[in-house]
Amino acid sequence: MYTITKQKPSAEVLESLGGARNIYIIGCGTCATVCRTGGKAEVVEMKKRLEEAGKAVTGWMVIPTACDSMTRDALEEEAAKLKQSDAVLVMSCAFGVQKVADNSENVVLPALDTLFFGMEGAPGQFSEVCVQCGECVLADTGGICPITICPKGLVNGPCGGTRDGKCEVDSSKDCAWTLIYNRLKKEGRLDRMRRTQKSKNFQAMTRPRRGACAQ
Amino acid sequence: MGKLREALQSGKFVVSAEIAPPKGVDVSEMLESAELLKHRVDALNVTDQQSSVMRLGSLACAHLLVERGIEPIFQMTARDRNRIALQSDLLSAHVMGIENVLCLTGDYVTLGDHPQAKPVFDLDSVALLQAARGLEQGHDMSGKELKGTPKFLLGATVTPGANPLEPQLIKMEKKVKAGAQFFQTQAVYEPGKFEAFMKFAEQFKVPVIVGIIPLKSVGMARFMNKNVAGVHVPEDVISELGQSEDKYKKTLEITARLIKQMKGMCQGVHLMAIGWEQKVPEFLDAAGL
Repeated sequence: MYTITKQKPSAEVLESLGGARNIYIIGCGTCATVCRTGGKAEVVEMKKRLEEAGKAVTGWMVIPTACDSMTRDALEEEAAKLKQSDAVLVMSCAFGVQKVADNSENVVLPALDTLFFGMEGAPGQFSEVCVQCGECVLADTGGICPITICPKGLVNGPCGGTRDGKCEVDSSKDCAWTLIYNRLKKEGRLDRMRRTQKSKNFQAMTRPRRGACAQ
Repeated sequence: MGKLREALQSGKFVVSAEIAPPKGVDVSEMLESAELLKHRVDALNVTDQQSSVMRLGSLACAHLLVERGIEPIFQMTARDRNRIALQSDLLSAHVMGIENVLCLTGDYVTLGDHPQAKPVFDLDSVALLQAARGLEQGHDMSGKELKGTPKFLLGATVTPGANPLEPQLIKMEKKVKAGAQFFQTQAVYEPGKFEAFMKFAEQFKVPVIVGIIPLKSVGMARFMNKNVAGVHVPEDVISELGQSEDKYKKTLEITARLIKQMKGMCQGVHLMAIGWEQKVPEFLDAAGL
């Protein structure tokens, strides 16, 4: 699983930096590197772009995994440079941005938009397969998640918009319920599809969610 | 008892049509169409933000029909309201004298004119039927008792021309179990396929009202074949329309023929005129209804 990100437009990044002149850049060696949005090459490219826009880059680093607890140590090591900086620009998903913000007195700004948690299919191609609904339905749906794959999150079968196995929202995407039907039929488990499912319990998704390791 | 319930119970061949609330508050044209259809239909569907385009609400418009002695079928999608609002609107419908409710999932938000809106879909069409049935039984979805209970005639939709068909049929069965008392179908142009569908649907003993959209032009038929899920206008019908000299006369003829061919297979016809509401009486005349 990777957190899929895309780079914000330069104009938006510069607007958020505002009058800040001295900028420190942080990249992430995990998901943002895989997505090529915040790895070493992109951080170096961002340094160039900021300098062209008249900013001074006080320093940069690519933290192996920006969202974990090592980030604090990495920030401590760079304390002197961070102290000279008006802002820290983080080229990671929002997890990394918030981890840095939690451990820094600096103004911390995102350079990326966080899109979704994706599973890699073909190399470099990611799909959303789970929206963390809190009450997994895969037992009745042939291992295919209708909450995620169906834009409407329907739990009782296809809507009237499905067309030749494709989705009304985007005809290049498969209809979740056609996939589920085909899979359950192959498994001889269509009885699972005939069960009326309860509507999703959105209370199980009340934000912000918290959890702890099982004891 | 409502006209539609009475007609369905009596076994009479039911006729319904639909009107669309305007985008705005000028209801004059909508009401003019409704008055024209008043004595020709058993009930008139009022669409709910059709194609996810923001319009005047179906609840208010259905009430305007009730005030004029026209029986509405209040269409309700699960797209824009959560279960609190849906149940509340069902209660509101009852106190406004609305009995017939067509429960729909609704088109997706991005297909309409506010593509950035939050898609709700808290319930699906099956759950909406269950919720309405629950209210009739005196309790809400949380099991809380109601002070006074509403009474509805609950409708649902099905697409006889869906591909693959079986998932549709599985969902149709769930809708019956959830409380659907009648079905209105997506537009049908192939009586043979519809007959095969009805052979399956007969087991539910729930009336099926076949949907027909009058074909205004060859372009419209081709557009629907390309873009509307579950609708298929056969090539011979398209060329029949294309080769005719008087297109409107041919549209009347094709529509009337389809109605006559399918009349014996199901319990009613639902004419979706899409802008031709005021011509519906002519179509009904041509079909002998």
